Amino acid sequence: MYATPLDLPDFAEEVVTEARVRYLEPRGLGGKAAIITLDNGYDHTKPSSFGPGGLKNLWHALDEVEAAEDVKLIAVTGKPFIFLAGADIKLMPSLESREQGLMLAQAGHSLYKRLKDSAVPTFAFINGVALGGGFELALHCHYRTVSTTANGLGLPEVSIGLIPGWGGSQILPNLIGIEKAAQVIVGNPLNQNKMLRGTDLVPLGIADAQFEGADFLEESLEWAVKVVSGETTVERPEVDRSVWPAVMAGARQLVDEKVHNASAAAVRALDLLELAQTATFEEGSLAEDEALADLEAAPQFQSSIYAFNLVRALGKRPEGAPSPGLAKEIGKVGVVGAGLMAGQIALMFARRLEVPVVMTDLDEERAQKGLAYVRSEIDKLEAKGRTSKLKAAKLRSLVSASADKSVYADCDLVIEAVFEELGVKQAVFAEIEPIIAPECLLVTNTSGLSVTAMGAKLARPERLVGMHFFNPVAVMPLVEVIATDKTDDETLATAYAVAKKLKKTAVGSADRPAFIVNRLLGRMLAEVTGAVDAGTPIEVADVALDELGLPMRPFALLELVGLRVAWHLCQHLNEDLGPRFPASQNLRRMAEADFPVFDAAAKGKGRLTDAAKGLIELGGEASSAEEVKERVLKGLAEEVRFMLDEGVVPSPKQVDLAMIMGAGFPFWLGGLTPYLDREGISTAVSGSPFAANA
Amino acid sequence: MNDTIRDVVFVDGVRTPFGKAGKLFEETRADDMIIRCIRSLLRRNPGLPPERVDEVALAATTQIGDQGLTLGRTAALLAGLPKSVPGYSIDRMCAGAMTAVTSVSSAIAARQYDIAIAGGVESMSNHPMGEGVDPNPRIIAEKLVDPEALNMGNTAENLHDLYPHITKERADAYAVGTQQRYAAAVERLSADVTTMAARSVDEGWTVATADELPRPGTTLEGLASLRTPFRPHGRVTAGTSAPLTDGATACLLADAETAAELGLPVAMKMVGYAFAGVDPETMGSGPIPATEKALARAGLSIEDIGLFEINEAFAVQVLAFLDHFKIADDDPRVNPWGGAIAMGHPLASSGVRLMTQLAREFAVHPEVRYGITTMCVGLGQGGTVIWENPNFKGAK
Repeated sequence: MYATPLDLPDFAEEVVTEARVRYLEPRGLGGKAAIITLDNGYDHTKPSSFGPGGLKNLWHALDEVEAAEDVKLIAVTGKPFIFLAGADIKLMPSLESREQGLMLAQAGHSLYKRLKDSAVPTFAFINGVALGGGFELALHCHYRTVSTTANGLGLPEVSIGLIPGWGGSQILPNLIGIEKAAQVIVGNPLNQNKMLRGTDLVPLGIADAQFEGADFLEESLEWAVKVVSGETTVERPEVDRSVWPAVMAGARQLVDEKVHNASAAAVRALDLLELAQTATFEEGSLAEDEALADLEAAPQFQSSIYAFNLVRALGKRPEGAPSPGLAKEIGKVGVVGAGLMAGQIALMFARRLEVPVVMTDLDEERAQKGLAYVRSEIDKLEAKGRTSKLKAAKLRSLVSASADKSVYADCDLVIEAVFEELGVKQAVFAEIEPIIAPECLLVTNTSGLSVTAMGAKLARPERLVGMHFFNPVAVMPLVEVIATDKTDDETLATAYAVAKKLKKTAVGSADRPAFIVNRLLGRMLAEVTGAVDAGTPIEVADVALDELGLPMRPFALLELVGLRVAWHLCQHLNEDLGPRFPASQNLRRMAEADFPVFDAAAKGKGRLTDAAKGLIELGGEASSAEEVKERVLKGLAEEVRFMLDEGVVPSPKQVDLAMIMGAGFPFWLGGLTPYLDREGISTAVSGSPFAANA
Repeated sequence: MNDTIRDVVFVDGVRTPFGKAGKLFEETRADDMIIRCIRSLLRRNPGLPPERVDEVALAATTQIGDQGLTLGRTAALLAGLPKSVPGYSIDRMCAGAMTAVTSVSSAIAARQYDIAIAGGVESMSNHPMGEGVDPNPRIIAEKLVDPEALNMGNTAENLHDLYPHITKERADAYAVGTQQRYAAAVERLSADVTTMAARSVDEGWTVATADELPRPGTTLEGLASLRTPFRPHGRVTAGTSAPLTDGATACLLADAETAAELGLPVAMKMVGYAFAGVDPETMGSGPIPATEKALARAGLSIEDIGLFEINEAFAVQVLAFLDHFKIADDDPRVNPWGGAIAMGHPLASSGVRLMTQLAREFAVHPEVRYGITTMCVGLGQGGTVIWENPNFKGAK
């Protein structure tokens, strides 16, 4: 039996989307048009989605329209700003068996097929957000119009461990060709889940016409009537089937390079795209059903949903943050230092807080140089159209620089971004504390030094807090917020409020060495360099973690971070946390080399130059890649356990969120701990799983 | 400096379908309705570079909420006109859009604008008559206006009192006639009716394509049985009154030279206009002195007028006008394609609806040289604009 929506059990938590039908008689149609509006009864902040109830409602709506007389045109659209955001993601974890997943997949196919096979022409008027199953609904209609002001369009399934399995993987490549389809279905989800905009759809060949938002529905209907009456002919270019094998080979190579095939969903999506070259729609649908059912039952998907919810929920409401009501208003910001990092921080505060930001440095020349850098960055933003002319002018007026630290006197927050050395930072705070107002926050951007030690000599250490931004600060979405024992609630609440205004995901960390992300990346690198020091060839150690699908291999990460910074971190962790962070002499030699260590021709892939290879001294104990992987994972599991025991974070959730947002660890690992759990590493190391998702 | 005034031409006019208050457009924003009209005007006139529009004057009687925020400016922005195009809001109750037209036309004639958009909107669903008003207590204390005159139905009953020869039967017969004329002309009228999306949270989206209010089957018998809501045993019924209506209108005006330069069609030429005040208690008589004044200024007489578009707030008020000018109740020159009793009267927008309709009628009446658009206004006013037919080929 092939399931229809009527076969699905109800889902108690579903916010049911209604499918409301209205009939009208447009001029020139010579009959009735049926407009079906998908609407869950809430405003656009709660997008409509499909669970069993929603699928059934559209099923019944189509029954009704089919029974109505003289219907010449069927159009589906959504409530304001939302077409349909796809299958209800809350529903997924409740699927108890592969059989249920299979039924859900079949039910979607059964429903959408009615739009595809309808004897009456069907249209999707894509007025707003159309994701996943919503996008696929539109793909089944005979014709599509899209609002130029629509946002949030696409097939993001692969990013959460699924595939577009309600027809997307089969219809899209046969509509717009394999190359563009592979980009939409696999490329975009793996590229920070890039979404399409309304104006992208016609050039891609996905929509047949676009109209402006102001009178989108009226113009769409007028166009649809012309299509039905034959006055307008829709021409779609023939899909080039000869390129299929070559494009597929390229796409597979890309996925291999990018995530080392660690994303089962991406690989499965590629298989379906390949199938779409030759399969009938029915064969393709059956393959989609199987793929969906398999993936929904796989641990990668469970981890993905955990990660998705983590980013959505915990990412917005950080655990351990005091009441937001305690936060102080920030009317002016001071940045100590006018170097590169300081300039980036100054610009970020000016852009997001829209308050005056003043930088200082040791002398006027350095201060002005720092300011010139910020201004040049503003120029670039304006030139690229990232800010309006007016906003750019505002930013220029907000940021200033001086050699005179008295400019901090009326700041509400002063953040230091000076050299990463405790003595230097203590000296900075000692110098400015007499200048600043009693209520002014002091913030350090240290990546791992003791915030407590930094505040040891302050008269008012309760207003000191750490905010560790990641490089490049404008791009990286994470900030670690570090409170000391003395940090008061107003200060901490303000730090979280500022992080939110900066549009960063904040994760709280206790004042322990290297906090969360750098500590774990440090441990990972320590195990990799440790394996090399012991005798494992770099080529072996570097690929050992490939099957995790991390955004970078270890040596590429070293190249990005910089060998000197990495060596600095390595020493610092060795001193603070002991011999499990050994001071790798190979790393020291590379950091101290006075010639290029990494081959620039490899473009950031972390490939050593021949000269650098001469620096590496291998011990006598070579490990296999599998052994290195186990060593790294055990090391990470041990470190996470230590961090939980030390109270760095209250639960493994913060570890996972920090690794996703700060280190780009993928959803299919659930960040880190769900992967360690499902691989049995957690239990092997510490006797029990982390059970973050429990 | 050039001190000669210029000819002002009416290029084109559009309107939304008119909806019954509380029905079709109850959940539709008023600004969205007039935005749709402006966008339709621009689409219908592709020869007009939008940046050449010098002014957007929009009327609404109740200028709050979605009819507030300086509608002329906000609607221009939201309609996608260039930000360089200015706009303002204007109010003369029912003659709002008419006043928008006369104001911008005066400025065009005086060489201050070349091209302007004028129009009006009223969502009587969401902005019923009298919403938020705060009449000065002196109105009662000094007996300046009978407070009952704030209710338009009462003023219509007053007109029946004042002109006893205008009977309920005559009013009913007029109403039946206008319904029939509308029904016969609905296809021709549709040329200037744009479609309008309308959402109902409970029912979903639809796209309105036609007026919601006409009652083509109206009969004298049916009208006779209606109750008289404004006065027990009165004469004014829902059948002889313009219903409460939601809708918007907009039109394009230009000086004759600019219209020629851009290849814009000339549907009508403005001859002149006048506004006049009357007793608020019998506001329906307003078109009489307004028309006398406009004719006198133009050097024309009522005999020169070949087509009359008179707003039908109430049948009695139309009949008072016709009686004054000794025109028969069923004169074919008067509202030949039906009036507000059939299609509705979204207060401030109706002025441009009259003009748009007259322009279409001019096109099929080359024997007519002059026509007027006229309407009564609450609190005792009337407005009249005299137009010349560019298609005039000489009298039959």
